[in-house]
Amino acid sequence: MSVDDKLTIQPAIPGAPGPDAPPAIRVEDLHKAFHIPTQRVDSLKERAVHPFASREYRELRALDGISFEVRQGEFFGIVGRNGSGKSTLLKLLASIYRADAGRIQIAGRLAPFIELGVGFNQELTARENVVLNGVMMGLTPKEVRDRQDAVIDFAELHDFADLKIKNYSSGMLVRLAFSVMLQADADVLLIDEVLAVGDAAFQQKCADAFHQMKAEGKTIVLVTHDMSAVEQYCHRAMLLADGEVQYSGTPAETGHEYLKLNFESGIAEAGLGGGESDGVKLLSCRLVDVAGEEAMTVDNRDPIRVKAEIELRQDADAVHVGFTLASADDLAIFEFGELLTREAGFDLTAGKRVTVTATVENRLAAGRYFIHCGIHSPSGIALYIHKATSFVLFNSRDTRGLLSLDSSVEVEVREGKR
Amino acid sequence: MSTDVQTPPPVRPVAELREVQGPSALGGGSRRFFDLLKLISVTEFKRVYFGTVLGYLWSLLRPLMLFGVLLLVFTQVFRVGSNKVEYYPVFLLMGIVLYTFFSEATGNAVTSVVSQEGVVRKTQFPRAVIPLATVITSLFNLILNLIIVLVFILAFGVSPAWSWLLFPVALAFLFVGTAGMAMALSALYVRFRDTAIIWVVAAQVFLYLTPILYPVNALGEETKERLLMINPLSVIFEQVRVWVLHESQAPTAVQAAGGWAGLIPAAVIYVGVVAFGAWYFNREAPRIAEAL
Repeated sequence: MSVDDKLTIQPAIPGAPGPDAPPAIRVEDLHKAFHIPTQRVDSLKERAVHPFASREYRELRALDGISFEVRQGEFFGIVGRNGSGKSTLLKLLASIYRADAGRIQIAGRLAPFIELGVGFNQELTARENVVLNGVMMGLTPKEVRDRQDAVIDFAELHDFADLKIKNYSSGMLVRLAFSVMLQADADVLLIDEVLAVGDAAFQQKCADAFHQMKAEGKTIVLVTHDMSAVEQYCHRAMLLADGEVQYSGTPAETGHEYLKLNFESGIAEAGLGGGESDGVKLLSCRLVDVAGEEAMTVDNRDPIRVKAEIELRQDADAVHVGFTLASADDLAIFEFGELLTREAGFDLTAGKRVTVTATVENRLAAGRYFIHCGIHSPSGIALYIHKATSFVLFNSRDTRGLLSLDSSVEVEVREGKR
Repeated sequence: MSTDVQTPPPVRPVAELREVQGPSALGGGSRRFFDLLKLISVTEFKRVYFGTVLGYLWSLLRPLMLFGVLLLVFTQVFRVGSNKVEYYPVFLLMGIVLYTFFSEATGNAVTSVVSQEGVVRKTQFPRAVIPLATVITSLFNLILNLIIVLVFILAFGVSPAWSWLLFPVALAFLFVGTAGMAMALSALYVRFRDTAIIWVVAAQVFLYLTPILYPVNALGEETKERLLMINPLSVIFEQVRVWVLHESQAPTAVQAAGGWAGLIPAAVIYVGVVAFGAWYFNREAPRIAEAL
């Protein structure tokens, strides 16, 4: 079995339903806006005193024309930054909100797991809540009573079954909620951010449950920030941004788009600036893309290109322009640069502006990186700018460490001597 | 784990696509609606019953204590009703028990939807279940309290009569009216948080505008009697008195209102409250989760 970069980008997803599989969820042109009063009118007196105040609404368009389809048996991921509308979409699918316009169709019974839980009544015991939720999800009271012990056991809450929910820790609550959702034996499961909480053992339990459900051919919609979870479980994924579908495709590609979206807006400190000394001035130092335009992010499939512009203030026979690529915690990873000499034909007289563009092979793992810039000459020019620029590298492959290298593994299994 | 993935997915029956309408007051099938209604009201009743040390005793003691105080005040201090009713203590207790049902059910219903926030914001279910379940929980209490009332009735020597069979009719009217009020209040409270405060006062006013502490015939004036009969609760309570206590001096609701025409305002108010409650709750139900 070989681990190939291409495999990650274009995964051959096992068990994915074909394009002819019947749809489990069909959403057409879904709109949802929230009216946020600029001044909240919560009492009758305010309503009476300011009869027109209630009309001052700020409209927040949470979803603006979403259409997609999920096939039966598909594990579908929805990703997006905070405020992209994914939670609203989930609540619309779960019939908790009503859409302003558009159509939602779902095949079969649906079990939601929203905002880290299912709806619990704080005053009731775990056992009572299990029954209540089961009935809410469409089971008969008898069916639920038959299953409640299994649910409590799965959540490992046997000793606390008759304790009121309000006394539960958050970890216990999530465990109970997750196992309540599993018991419903629904055709379609909506899951919101379950993997973010719980200890390692519980996360493993979730993972096992996901694989189990996947194998059973259930339709699952997973909303998360965790790209590795999307790539690990999902057959297909969709990226939401500002209430619209930004991208829809393979989990790896969607993850890639997500990271790109995530970092592009958050980077303002790139090009930390130039600097000067007696002999030389660094006018600019920045990352550029393949087309030569200034960039703040780089893709793991593109090389890293750094462009520095310097102005000489004294004559020199030779100038070395060098860069150091450093990790976020300022560990030098690689040094590169060029020695410019008059012999090679460069005019290095005072007042000249020199532009240097260096290209480096990109084997970096995802994360933030810095570039230090140093300019030296034997004649005494010396300038070193620490963190002259920074950039974010996104890489759909989720690896630890600084590098993302190709690797291959050979496996051989033989009969052992017992 | 990887072995799980490779097992061929068993064929699940192909389900048909169904339109999703969003949350509503009643949607989702009647079986589920009644299952939920029963489950929530029984669970809540059990919680009150077994939740505190004295449990059910409290829900019994409250009307009994009120009864004791009022009995003392109105038989020893004011003597408004005692000479106009044959069995004043029974009349008073029955009135208080019925009124307690009304005030307890509506009072609990006001905040019911908001206090069930956790469930409303995360689960899809017919929203009307919540206020209706609080009314049913109170109904269980009422039925238990009525047993005490029956003991009093027999102890005071009221003879059983065929008209007792009509009592469930009055109870049905009271229940439907209370349910309508509960729906209206719970939905109003989501939008206007002062509904709760207003209702505490209003419910108190109803105690005095209904012939509970005093009998209708103690008013002595026809106009006052007719005005009192504008309140639908008065009509119900008065009929209960006639049917259960069957005293000769008690006017029927029709008599007190001065003929059938006199009952029209009460009927309009009653139907109005029930219709408004159902209409308003139904209108607000889809947006309750957002407004919380």
